[in-house]
Amino acid sequence: MSNILEIRDLRIAFRLDRKSEPFEAVKGISFDIPTNSTVALVGESGSGKSVSAMSILGLLPDNAIIPAASTIRYGGRDLLKTTMRDLQSIRGKDISVIFQEPMTSLNPVFTVGEQIAEVLRLHMGMSPRAAAARTVELLTEVGIPNPALRVNSYPHEMSGGQQQRVMIAMAIACEPKLLIADEPTTALDVTIQKQILDLIAKLQASHHMSVLFITHDLGVVGDIADTVVVMQSGEIREQGPVKEIFEDPQHPYTKALLACRPRLDRRPVRLPVIDDFMRGDGHPHHLEERKRGTSPSDPVILEVKGLNKVFSLKEGLFGKRLVPAVKDVSFSLPKGKTLGLVGESGSGKTTVGLTLMRLHDATSGEVLFEGKDLLRLSEREMMAYRRRIQIIFQNPYASLNPRMTVGQILVEPMKIHSIGKDERDRVDMAFQLLKRVGLSEQSFYKYPHEFSGGQRQRIAIARCLTMKPDVLICDESVSALDVSVQAQVLNLLQDLQDEYGLSYIFISHDLAVVKYISDRVMVMSEGALVEMADSDEIYRHPREEYTRKLLSSIPKGYELAPQPS
Amino acid sequence: MSAVLTHPPAPPAQESPGLWTLAWRRLRQDTVGMVSLAVVAFFLAMMLASFTGLIAKDWARERGVSYANPSFLAGNENLEAKAMAGKQAAKAPPVDLSDIDPLAPRYKEWEERAAKIAVTETKRAETLPFGGDKWGRDVILKTIKGSEVSIFVGLSGALLAVVIGTFLGAMAGYWGGKVNDVLEWFYNVFTSIPYILLILAFAAVAQATGKFGKGILSIVLILSLTGWTGIYRLIRAEYIKHSNREYVKAAQAIGATNLSRMFHHILPNVSHVSLVQLSQYTVGFIKAEVILSFLGFGVPVDQVSWGTMLAEAQNELVIGKWWQLFAAGASMAVLVTAFSLLTDSLRDALDPKLK
Repeated sequence: MSNILEIRDLRIAFRLDRKSEPFEAVKGISFDIPTNSTVALVGESGSGKSVSAMSILGLLPDNAIIPAASTIRYGGRDLLKTTMRDLQSIRGKDISVIFQEPMTSLNPVFTVGEQIAEVLRLHMGMSPRAAAARTVELLTEVGIPNPALRVNSYPHEMSGGQQQRVMIAMAIACEPKLLIADEPTTALDVTIQKQILDLIAKLQASHHMSVLFITHDLGVVGDIADTVVVMQSGEIREQGPVKEIFEDPQHPYTKALLACRPRLDRRPVRLPVIDDFMRGDGHPHHLEERKRGTSPSDPVILEVKGLNKVFSLKEGLFGKRLVPAVKDVSFSLPKGKTLGLVGESGSGKTTVGLTLMRLHDATSGEVLFEGKDLLRLSEREMMAYRRRIQIIFQNPYASLNPRMTVGQILVEPMKIHSIGKDERDRVDMAFQLLKRVGLSEQSFYKYPHEFSGGQRQRIAIARCLTMKPDVLICDESVSALDVSVQAQVLNLLQDLQDEYGLSYIFISHDLAVVKYISDRVMVMSEGALVEMADSDEIYRHPREEYTRKLLSSIPKGYELAPQPS
Repeated sequence: MSAVLTHPPAPPAQESPGLWTLAWRRLRQDTVGMVSLAVVAFFLAMMLASFTGLIAKDWARERGVSYANPSFLAGNENLEAKAMAGKQAAKAPPVDLSDIDPLAPRYKEWEERAAKIAVTETKRAETLPFGGDKWGRDVILKTIKGSEVSIFVGLSGALLAVVIGTFLGAMAGYWGGKVNDVLEWFYNVFTSIPYILLILAFAAVAQATGKFGKGILSIVLILSLTGWTGIYRLIRAEYIKHSNREYVKAAQAIGATNLSRMFHHILPNVSHVSLVQLSQYTVGFIKAEVILSFLGFGVPVDQVSWGTMLAEAQNELVIGKWWQLFAAGASMAVLVTAFSLLTDSLRDALDPKLK
């Protein structure tokens, strides 16, 4: 089998400023992309995987330095040494890219049809008429329903999954020989992720092209990749056929990546993390099975009855449209347990969380916290309860104020709720909490932008803990994190529950994570409750069709992996 | 949780760089930014020195002949000075009116008495370093003194406008709804009136009623009360954007009040907009003071500003005396350019792409 692309000794460094040494992002990697096959490039954030892929098309920022010894051979020439003009003729035509965020990759002021047709006219020299016809064909091929009508849609009129399909249609428009997919499913729900993965696999086979698939989640590549390349801090740790990587991983890092994702069939007391494999005796500990589930006799801390939330959207000049986001949802949260809330985007699960906190006003219903209806309290009475229900948001990059130091972030809520005797006392408590969530004491004086995503989520958790809450709502709190970091944060959340007896409402679209952390699971769809049962029960015997659909879309790749012991 | 740590660990020896420290570091790497910062600092120092009387204290002394030539143009003919000298020379001898003047017999006595008083005729210089104005005042000193009013008006006017604009913008953007409607309506009324007309209307009212105070203060008020609209709009947009951000929701979740969310949480995140606007407004108001003074609504006659200098210059230019125009114009151009460049650098330094 011949190779379409051969990367040899690729080194990439970035010049950060005039004084310091350039930062080495990629430290001499070599791998091949064979014709007509899929290569997965797997690694955590900052492993250099995206940078390596972008260097193929010369899409690196100006401060990147690539030594002359590095080569990327494509069709008899070295892409690192071709002129910008030659590269432009290759980009989009021979090699095309799909990015992570379809929302920001599409131009919002043009219809999707115009955007695809533009590519066809530019690279294929098609007449506008031929391009329009081909556009409809392409949209059909990527599975957009009613394509003849949808060509005239603007990007915002489509869902995230459909936008990603349009991006794929654009990428395959010129029959590229190589498709680079940079985390194409990370921003999508599990069900949509599954569809997009299937689509990419199908197109790869039908167009006889090669795919370079970049992801942080080893789990998703199991189904579609032929070869897997595992990267860590700029170096390749292991590469080989997908079967070997999954069934007989050699490098501890690969083993760790395979093990740290929660599995549907097992629930260890602690999730294995990277450090378990890379340090100490090289084995994870505390893998014994954890008991989950609820019993009717559990004391209830929070009870929700008939919760409704209707948004009114402005339509036209004077019109209003009512959009029900949550429809008659009732549930109860036992003390010290975790209630998982699962559903696709737009199912209303986040709205439920925000309404409980009164960050949204509920339209009707009751939220009984120790028998007191939170929705009927005045703002002043609510203050006392505000402290006791806290929320951790999805995006750790957005939920911390960038202009406050970690110390200020932690001390502020204590000041508001008069926790601690004086400033000194509060600062002491902040230091203890930092230690508790596994951050150094120096963090107190730093700003959020100096931390990684997982560390920031720890800060957000510490901020909630300052108020000693009883209920913690985790709104997709680990969804934006790499799988390996996700495992650490899940372990932390579990430890805190064991230690302080916190009750969690855990909102996520990732069923494997929900299964791992929850005692009871509630499935939502289009604002309504679909099914609710103990977590083992719901995974073993899902009653509703919708639940079964959700379950079937979990990537199966990692289930091939050997069980860590 | 009892206090286990009796003493919190001391802050690290090298304090973690805050956003301002980082911004300062970035600015220091920017040569253009640093040069313009130096120029602006020089002007500010000059203004302060002049204000405290360290320099240019006796700017009003008539030290040269009328329209004294700049030293480097010493050879040029100065017709105005000659005409003036000629006028004085022509005074003597006066026409003899002793026949009909009833006071004539006393002239002698008066002359004797006058002779006893020592009159020292000041020696007026033929040339001054950068020329003189109509009354022979040194143009350089005059420019330094003028900077006092111009820069003060520019800076304090801009500061006040930015405070008004930021406050109203924050209100409209954060609260939305009715508050926003009222403020938007107010804003629309303000912006629908042509700018110069609005300024003149304010100036006319200010001078007629004297309610805004006199002189410089009234100019500052006029400029800031008419100039807040632009920054209002920008800050309002920023607040609309930020009030839905998760960190603000998070602040609400921990129980922070509206006021705290508006000014403690959001304001530091949008302050770069205000700051950059501040420097742009300073530039604009220095120019606006010139226009106002030129139109006669500016500073009182006993004071000098770059605006009054430019106003005088229009008559001088006709007779070929360009130095006053040049001195005021060039200082203004240098300061304004430096300030604008500094603004650009500040924006780059203060708006870091936060990870």
